[in-house]
Amino acid sequence: MSEPMDFLLLVRGTGFDVALTIFVIGVVLRLFEIFSLGRGVNLAEPRGREFGPGMRTILTRNVPDPHTFRRQPLTVVIGYLFHIGLLISLLLFVPHIELFKETFGFGWPGLATPIVDAAAVITIIALLAALWHRASNPVMRRITRAEDWLVWLATFLPMLTGYLAYHRMVDPYPLILGLHLLSVELLLVLFPFTKLMHTFTLFIARWYNGAMNGYRGVQS
Amino acid sequence: MSQATIEKGINAFKEQIDAPVAAFFSSCVSCGMCAEACLFYTETGDPKYTPIHKLEPLRRVWEQEYTLTGKIKKLFGLTEAVTDRMLSEWQELLYDSCTMCARCSMVCPVGNDIAYMVRKAREGMVASGNAPEGVRMASTRAVRIGSPMGVKLTSLQAQIRHIEADTGLTIPIDVEGAEYMALLSSMEIMNFPEYIGGLAKIFAHAGISWTLCSTAFEATNSGIQIGSSDIARELVQRVVDGAERLKVRAVISPECGHAYTAIRWEGPNLVGRRFTFKVIHILELLDQLRASGRIRTEGLERECMTFHDPCSLVRKGGVIESPRNLMNMVTENFVELEEHGKWGWCCGGGGGVSSNEEAAGLRHKAFRRKKEQLEASGADALVTACANCRLVMEEGFEGYRVEMPILGLTELVADHLVTEEGSGEPPEKR
Repeated sequence: MSEPMDFLLLVRGTGFDVALTIFVIGVVLRLFEIFSLGRGVNLAEPRGREFGPGMRTILTRNVPDPHTFRRQPLTVVIGYLFHIGLLISLLLFVPHIELFKETFGFGWPGLATPIVDAAAVITIIALLAALWHRASNPVMRRITRAEDWLVWLATFLPMLTGYLAYHRMVDPYPLILGLHLLSVELLLVLFPFTKLMHTFTLFIARWYNGAMNGYRGVQS
Repeated sequence: MSQATIEKGINAFKEQIDAPVAAFFSSCVSCGMCAEACLFYTETGDPKYTPIHKLEPLRRVWEQEYTLTGKIKKLFGLTEAVTDRMLSEWQELLYDSCTMCARCSMVCPVGNDIAYMVRKAREGMVASGNAPEGVRMASTRAVRIGSPMGVKLTSLQAQIRHIEADTGLTIPIDVEGAEYMALLSSMEIMNFPEYIGGLAKIFAHAGISWTLCSTAFEATNSGIQIGSSDIARELVQRVVDGAERLKVRAVISPECGHAYTAIRWEGPNLVGRRFTFKVIHILELLDQLRASGRIRTEGLERECMTFHDPCSLVRKGGVIESPRNLMNMVTENFVELEEHGKWGWCCGGGGGVSSNEEAAGLRHKAFRRKKEQLEASGADALVTACANCRLVMEEGFEGYRVEMPILGLTELVADHLVTEEGSGEPPEKR
């Protein structure tokens, strides 16, 4: 029993600190990489503004255009399910909030565990569906690179191990909890250097899209 | 132009990469939704036409040159270089199968402006010598002769004589101090000269002082289509010089969509300074004249008519409401296409595709999207505001044996002007 416990202590302590440090420095570095490239001044006389339309596009891109949705509903439905399920599992699971409170001194109310449990199951199923969709849809297959599979795995492992740990499906418990933490650390370390960065950069991308179009008087 | 090489191509890609491009590539999660917005994919079902895939060369250069991970991977030989061979393979993807219509830019869930990046990627294609021959020839003619179709001033003057004889109106050339300087597209001069006649009638009716410019009558910009800022700048500079020489208050872009984006949105950035004159699209001007009561029309077209939005006018230009106001002024049975305005589908011939012979077969297939959309509308006639769209759709109709007349919106407005005598005699109904 001492070995799994030592493992858990390691991933809870040093492991987590290292992963979090890489995550924070990495994200800052990546954002710097993007913004340092700059953008030329637009000398054309504007027809509309940039800021407002940019902010609007950040919001409106959460909802697909109905015609495009009808052409490819699966991508949208799977995407919604796993993103929402993931956020519920991550942010509204009471033990996660407790951990956050311990570290930062403040927290927020969580959801009843059966609800989070259901969300986790939906997320896991949606992620498996996403994997199947990526492997079978010809367009996705054409544009998928090794990184896409890696990113999928990095997202799936914390969900799977978290689910196994919560339901005590692996014995000894410290082992599976340690594996859960390790998978989260893997996610944190990979995050800044892979497409996981879209979590942050999509706001930048959407803003640029909305702003550049807004300048020409088009709400994109 | 100096000798094109792969090194120059890579450098051109590097120069084009800015913060938006980096944000876009960082955000792509390979979801493939952009394919569903692209008529080259929807009509062929071939996944290679997925818009974001067309940008793979630019993405590689971004990753290898502007990200830490890419640089490390490159150091260990874990990256694939962008080669001449790759770019020649991508020619079909970046030119034949992309009109830069920007529909994909409207649907990307993470907000990537893919068309913005295709425009940029083409700079690298030109610098590396991988632009298609048809588009290259058009650019060469534009620089040497002044028109991508090789239309010279003498050809314009010959057309003007015919139009003056038909309309009894004078088409002014090089009138210093005129309020407006009108630009034309070669296709209007050669295929649809009735546009020029329409302008003359409308301006005479509204009492507007205008002129053409002998040194800058061509508005289309092959430099923008092929992706050469050097060529694009030279062509814009001719217009700027002409407008400043004639001391006009504003330059009127012709209907042609990409000509409008060229002079209105890219122009000042290409020449590196703000213009001393305004740039206005002909439909915007007509709509202003309508609103202020300076043009008065009579009679309405009874037939069911629909309107095709040129992509460069709506998604890329922002001229969305004006054509609708004008359609309602002269038709009584105007129906919108199901996806219209900023959601319109491209004719398939923009962005240089129509001057690229190698793309002809693909363009024909892709046109099915527009054809089906038009048929579903139940309209008897189609109105548009771009000579290139119009010609592409006429050819498409020919190929698919569709019987549907296509009209230019400016001429349609001109046909309905209240005659000077004020006889109130409505024009012949269609």
